[in-house]
Amino acid sequence: MAALRLSTAGLRRLGVAVALPLALLMAWHLGVRSSGTRLIPVPQEVALMLYDFAFGGIYDDAFSKTLHVHLWKSVTRVYGGFFGAAIIAIPLGLLIGRITLVRSVIDPTLQLLRPVPVTAWLPLSMIFFGIGPNAAIFLVFLGAFYPIVFNTTFGVRSVDIRLYEAAAMLGCKGSSLFRQVVLPAALPSILNGLRLGHGFAWILIVVGEMTGVQQGLGAVIMDARMLSRSELVIAGMVVIGLTGFLTDRILVMLNNRLLKWSPQHHV
Amino acid sequence: MSDLSTTGLPVLEVSHLSKRFAVGEQTIAALHDVTLSVRKGEFVCLIGASGCGKSTLLRILAGFEQASSGTAQMYGVPITGPSPERGMVFQDYALFPWLTVRQNIAFGPHQRGLPKAQLTKLADHYIDMVGLARFADYFPGQLSGGMKQRVAIARVLANDCEVLLMDEPFGALDALTREKLQQDLLEIWARTHLTVIFVTHAVEEAVLMSDRVVVMTAGPGRVERDVALKLSRPRDIVGIEFNQVRRDITQLLSSHLHAKGSS
Repeated sequence: MAALRLSTAGLRRLGVAVALPLALLMAWHLGVRSSGTRLIPVPQEVALMLYDFAFGGIYDDAFSKTLHVHLWKSVTRVYGGFFGAAIIAIPLGLLIGRITLVRSVIDPTLQLLRPVPVTAWLPLSMIFFGIGPNAAIFLVFLGAFYPIVFNTTFGVRSVDIRLYEAAAMLGCKGSSLFRQVVLPAALPSILNGLRLGHGFAWILIVVGEMTGVQQGLGAVIMDARMLSRSELVIAGMVVIGLTGFLTDRILVMLNNRLLKWSPQHHV
Repeated sequence: MSDLSTTGLPVLEVSHLSKRFAVGEQTIAALHDVTLSVRKGEFVCLIGASGCGKSTLLRILAGFEQASSGTAQMYGVPITGPSPERGMVFQDYALFPWLTVRQNIAFGPHQRGLPKAQLTKLADHYIDMVGLARFADYFPGQLSGGMKQRVAIARVLANDCEVLLMDEPFGALDALTREKLQQDLLEIWARTHLTVIFVTHAVEEAVLMSDRVVVMTAGPGRVERDVALKLSRPRDIVGIEFNQVRRDITQLLSSHLHAKGSS
């Protein structure tokens, strides 16, 4: 009985959540049809394109049945850059937050670099890493790096000083203080930074792949633009949106699991 | 309970201790020429209005702050930093919110590298002592204030502390919970023979709990009077003797406040 009630409540939530997207699809369809534009496809054409992109059998052109290739390329680049950023930004943020010397040496430089839009690094990044995927990975790295490092620093800085005193009085110091107190206490902020950084990573992969790479969702969108195939542009957008959404859900699950001690931090 | 004539050994000795804080351009004297000796097994209350430096004195004893001049020693050794032998119980608990009750209590012993089975056994012993057996796997966020403070007490007991330093530990609790915790603390004290230094601003609490009440006054903070209580335990808070002592100490506190011209 309880399970049944739960599932009807769940269904209702789902229904409320999809109502707006459905309405937008409808508006899109009607808008295109009533304006008579031929520059923008109706949702149905995009759906066909998506099917062909994924499974082929409709247009049978260069893009048919290539989704998995492009998606995989983008995913590996996004997570290469993202994990690279996390591995460097989390320890660095912990050090900046906890050690005054590190903070006074590194933080001013970071603050100076931060206002430069990550996309502005693209030309330089192509010089550094050559034309190819590495330039895109660098952009992703940079885009994910800032939110992770700043959120980690913030998390460490806002740890209640009493917890350090309590730890010291219980005999916890040095590196075990980092592992047993600083890291878990800053974890809510770190996870928040990871989620933000993850979002930026997916934004920047498209920019990064728009020049100089053959494969990847960004490259597909760019090629489709050259070919004036806006249904493919939108199909690429849909794939990125869905992938970003689903991977974000994984981070949310991780967040809620790691922070089960603090329901207020649940997403 | 603790017989003062046989438990003569001083555990903590504070001698001509002063503490000044720099606040902007100014220097504020928080403590001035405080001298105090606490014997093993004693229950000493530090009482005074806010600003009298009682919490500062406690924090110096804990090792969180250093004296500006004078000395604070434990068994003749100067206190230079926090140490497991002096366990602090904070008013705001300072539990680790990401650890369960059991893990919080095992935190200190864990630092000493005890094996897991032993940690659990030790933690469960103290969980029982403070009456939280049903809540061993709860997180602090799921507990009431009184329960959190029980965990905080068990946490320092499990770490083999000799001196329990308590900074207005029951100040944030409701009256009923406070009474219960006071009784439980006295029971634990009687069983463990700990030395307790207990900061409070409640006269009744001080008279109920302690062997000695150290009355402190502000501006700068110093010891006004050191009152040894001869009341037998358990104490009757509506008894005549009890209230006589309570009145005396209240008068000591308020006479100073009036002399300073504040309310």
